[in-house]
Amino acid sequence: MGTEYVAVAFTILFTIATSGLLGLYMTKVFTGKRTFLDPVFVPIERLVLRVTGVDPDEQQDWKQYSVSLLISNVVMWLATWTIVTLQQYLPLNPDGIGNMEPGLAFNTISSFTTNTNLQHYSGETGLSYFSQMFVISFLQFVTAATGVAAAVAIIRGLAGNRLTQLGNFYVDLTRATFRLFLPLALFVSVLMIWQGVPMTFQGAATATTVEGAEQKIARGVTAGVVSIKQLGTNGGGYFGPNSTHPFENPTPLSNFIQTWCITIIPMSMVVMLGYMVGRRKLAVVIFATMLAIYLPMVVFGVAQEAGGNPAISAMGVDQSTGSMEGKEVRFGAGMSALWAVTTTVTSNGSVNAMHDSLTPLGGLMPLIGMWLNNIFGGVGVGFINMLIFVIVAVFVAGMMIGRTPEFLGKKVEAKEMKLASLALLWHPLAILIPTAIACYVWATTADPGGTLGWLKNPGSHGFSEMLYEFTSSAANNGSGFEGLGDNTLFWNVSTGLVMLFSRYIPIIAPLALAGMLAAKPASPETAGSLRADSATFGFTLWAVIVVLGLLMFMPVAVLGPIAEHLALK
Amino acid sequence: MSKHIRQAIAFTVVSMVLVGLYHVVLWGFASAVFPSQAEGSLIRRADGTVIGSRLIAQKFERPEYFRPRPSAADYNAASTSGSNYGPSNPDHLKAVRERIDAIVKEDGVQASQIPSEMVTASGAGMDPHVPPAAADLQAARVAATRKVDASRVRALIAEHTETPTLGVLGRARVNVLELNLALDQAFGTPVAAQEKNANAR
Repeated sequence: MGTEYVAVAFTILFTIATSGLLGLYMTKVFTGKRTFLDPVFVPIERLVLRVTGVDPDEQQDWKQYSVSLLISNVVMWLATWTIVTLQQYLPLNPDGIGNMEPGLAFNTISSFTTNTNLQHYSGETGLSYFSQMFVISFLQFVTAATGVAAAVAIIRGLAGNRLTQLGNFYVDLTRATFRLFLPLALFVSVLMIWQGVPMTFQGAATATTVEGAEQKIARGVTAGVVSIKQLGTNGGGYFGPNSTHPFENPTPLSNFIQTWCITIIPMSMVVMLGYMVGRRKLAVVIFATMLAIYLPMVVFGVAQEAGGNPAISAMGVDQSTGSMEGKEVRFGAGMSALWAVTTTVTSNGSVNAMHDSLTPLGGLMPLIGMWLNNIFGGVGVGFINMLIFVIVAVFVAGMMIGRTPEFLGKKVEAKEMKLASLALLWHPLAILIPTAIACYVWATTADPGGTLGWLKNPGSHGFSEMLYEFTSSAANNGSGFEGLGDNTLFWNVSTGLVMLFSRYIPIIAPLALAGMLAAKPASPETAGSLRADSATFGFTLWAVIVVLGLLMFMPVAVLGPIAEHLALK
Repeated sequence: MSKHIRQAIAFTVVSMVLVGLYHVVLWGFASAVFPSQAEGSLIRRADGTVIGSRLIAQKFERPEYFRPRPSAADYNAASTSGSNYGPSNPDHLKAVRERIDAIVKEDGVQASQIPSEMVTASGAGMDPHVPPAAADLQAARVAATRKVDASRVRALIAEHTETPTLGVLGRARVNVLELNLALDQAFGTPVAAQEKNANAR
């Protein structure tokens, strides 16, 4: 078990170390400075902007920026929905996959447009290669870029002094897509192919096994999807079981690289904040606060999974390698637990072990990660969520010392607090109310005690399955307790709506907030100002996140995972 | 507003085309540099027919072969899945109990010798590996059925044991399909399987 902790620590340290470099590169891209990749990727940027008909010098205020963002997403939604519902008639479909039914398509496209990647279908049986390329990986590029663009605009707003313009949405979107994600995805894809991830246009292979049976082996343009799925905190797998599948994650090395991909851009966003607002110490405080929540979760999660399932230990088998139901031998329990925590504190949602089969408290960690949803967080959006908590922490701290709350020299007033509260309170509402409704529907339609209905597991674990589904939707995460039979009208529509609202409310409200802060004059900091870049503030922020972010979920945590843990002896 | 819509449509079209191009470039690279990985790490017979993929578990039921981990998908590599059983699910615990009993009976071992990997379903149902201890557990049965010395079978296991990458990443493991192919190569193909193969082709 010792080596697994070494591997976990090595992975985290390597990611932290490299985030400094990528943060610097991202700063250069979004502030228009030269980088070493320009000769290849700047011509692509120019081409895209010319075809799109955007004047790169044209600036937008927060309202125009938001309108461009929303309309681009509506158009992408319509285009990709059309493709999956007609995929049977389109090319690149060697396995003869049929059209996606409209209700499932509503869920799938809403899921991928919102960067959630919740999947109520299974890739190998539900999507043609054409859809994997032009719907799935297309949306994985551009929606990740949408989040980054929004975050960049918000950072500009925070850094600005009497500023009304936040930048140009299409310029930011294009740069994020083709100068950040494209080069990284090409690089990672090459490594994945080397490690054994398929990249072929041929249909499923048919094998005659050693014992003479027939085995059909699904494959496809997997490598191209896997890299951007990980980098863009998308998480939508090529195959149903995601990165547990040996074709999506063939070796311990590919697992290490994919784990790196999950957090590298979210971590680099914090570094970029430091450079862009010219306050590296603030970035260090935020980064350290995030680590102070992330690391204890990882250690606890690894310990839970390494400890195994007591009910299986009781049967006398050798469980010294930890709880292995739903896990793969080549990764082991430790690296699976690291992934489970990492994929949920960021809004990635890919898995390398089936979360439904995690130990009760090991499975509580992913839930906590998504309830907070801001520890590194999704590309762009997790970072935006963090800024909302920063504003709230500033407000709380300001109240405690009896001063007007200020952040970066800007007064935080009632209007800004209302927007921050809206963004903050939406999240628990979008999780708890739909979960309550689902419980009611389940209890009244299924035959409790007789059948499990759409649940795979009885008792408190069944409750956790429903809770997890809405948590994952509201956090735009996309992982699931996959035992839930979720391809039904109720689940497709309800989670689809939760995903859509939970994507755009927490983007537009902070954009408005940033627009308001940007327009205010920055007053010089004095000895009496609240210093946001101090350890004291970091501790306040940590406490605000833990208390405000987690306390309201305490009752459901007790009903689900904690009850199951106490019962499992 | 019409300008917004025009820009959105143009951006969607041009970036879709470029993402498509990205896949084509990767496919070209993969076919040229890593052709075996690109098509799914397939293992072929001398006549070119596919035996399977070295990354994908296949079903082994005959006593002459090592068994892979249990699969919730019954080794169907066109529809993969985990069991999604929660740790407290009575059905799950019953399935584990039955697997333990089956192994105890077939391999004549104590429950405490069985690594939990052999009684729990893998994540995708396609795990190609077992821990070395799980292979060792089956060595005596495989050797006895094939009427060869157990030490020769254990030597093959040792030869096919992969160690953690860089000493820390991942765990020691044995690829079941490759080990079973090595068995056939060293000690011959069991007669019945040979006939079935010939019929299947």
